[in-house]
Amino acid sequence: MNVRLYVLQRGTALIMAPLVLVHIAIIFYATSRGLSAADILGRTRGSFGWAAYYSLFVLAAATHGAIGLRVIASEWTALRGRQLDALMWIFGLALAVLGLRAVAAVVLP
Amino acid sequence: MTNTIEVSLWRGKADGRYQTFSVPQRENQTVLDVVTWVQRNADPTLSYRFACRVGMCGSCAMTVNGRPRWTCRTHTSKVVENGRLEIGPLANLPVIKDLTCDMQAFFEKWQKAKGVFAPSKTKNDPIEKILPGSPPRQAADAAIECINCAVCFAACDTVRWNEDYVGPAALNRAWTLVNDVRDAGNRDRLSAVAAGGGCHACHSHQSCQEHCPKALNPTASIAGLKRRTMQAYIRREL
Amino acid sequence: MRPHTTSHRRDALWLAFLVHRISGLALACFLPLHFLALGLAIRGEATLDGFLKWTANPLVKLAETGLVFLLAVHMLGGMRVLVIENMPWRDGQKRFATGALAFAIIAAAVFLVRAA
Repeated sequence: MNVRLYVLQRGTALIMAPLVLVHIAIIFYATSRGLSAADILGRTRGSFGWAAYYSLFVLAAATHGAIGLRVIASEWTALRGRQLDALMWIFGLALAVLGLRAVAAVVLP
Repeated sequence: MTNTIEVSLWRGKADGRYQTFSVPQRENQTVLDVVTWVQRNADPTLSYRFACRVGMCGSCAMTVNGRPRWTCRTHTSKVVENGRLEIGPLANLPVIKDLTCDMQAFFEKWQKAKGVFAPSKTKNDPIEKILPGSPPRQAADAAIECINCAVCFAACDTVRWNEDYVGPAALNRAWTLVNDVRDAGNRDRLSAVAAGGGCHACHSHQSCQEHCPKALNPTASIAGLKRRTMQAYIRREL
Repeated sequence: MRPHTTSHRRDALWLAFLVHRISGLALACFLPLHFLALGLAIRGEATLDGFLKWTANPLVKLAETGLVFLLAVHMLGGMRVLVIENMPWRDGQKRFATGALAFAIIAAAVFLVRAA
């Protein structure tokens, strides 16, 4: 890890700390009433606030996770150099695409 | 009848094996004394390294019962378990023979992290006054007593898992120089420790602090480098 | 085999590192599945509801408890690292690491009790 990846990884960690707290609060709130699609979608559909919250969360998590995975692969597997970069980009982009698709699925009316 | 210690010593290179000796236990005996006893009384071909015997030179570190230690300041009374002692060369460095390992990689990484003083003045300039209480001097003081024994290097799993990582001792030294107001090499030094294998490879396991015989805290020094390089990166100085 | 240094792997702070790494890895594996499940809503409310019915299964509740623990322990452990790296040094990191673990266990336990 160099300073650029470090700043991105720790920066996204800092962004996510409050987002995770809110997320855990929502998990507790939502599951206490039993999960239902009507509940979830009633909260999120057409809401700009939730769209922004979840989009930021997805992008931060994809960046943070991809860099973290690169570090783990560099220490615990035989992957080196470009292979590590490829793993990071493929995982990060896949997570971002899947995540933003999920956000679109729950916020678009 | 005197008590004896069953001492297993590593023999040969990386593919060697442990050989066991019975060594008389004495009062105030150090692990280095035990190794020396074996060489003088049982097997003169035993190879090991030491110089000062008083914890200054940093040459006698070995793995003692699974833990890297400075053997000249480690009493057997503290480390013998069930009458047994297992002594091997330091981990994370190639074994040359028996208890000696090749320190080249350790010192090359020291150079790579720019752990070398870069003077800003000549001998014709007056000596710079450094106030003992000034914050940079205090920060340098906290990290300066390193004796290059490589105990931290052997205890660090990030060193073990990341062949590029320069390791705690080299970064700890770089941090003392970052705080040395007489030094002129900080631009190069910060670039060196901000690259891959530099301070950002550290995961703060704190094994270096846990094992340092001089009770230094390389993790804190590395955290200082992380802050300093991050500031420089954000200001586009790197 | 040449001798290895193993003593450090019994240290609380080394274990804290391991918990942080494994929880991060597990969350990275879980996230794509999480996103795929929520993506079901694209095919309408009924598709998502069909999946959510499945999550009422007690075994799934147990797995969700595990996820709450992973998320909490990774966040709290990560905060500890951020504090080490960006604030003046504080001794007693073992206490902070143990505290992070304890809080995560409590959060997961509360989740399990409420879900049951």
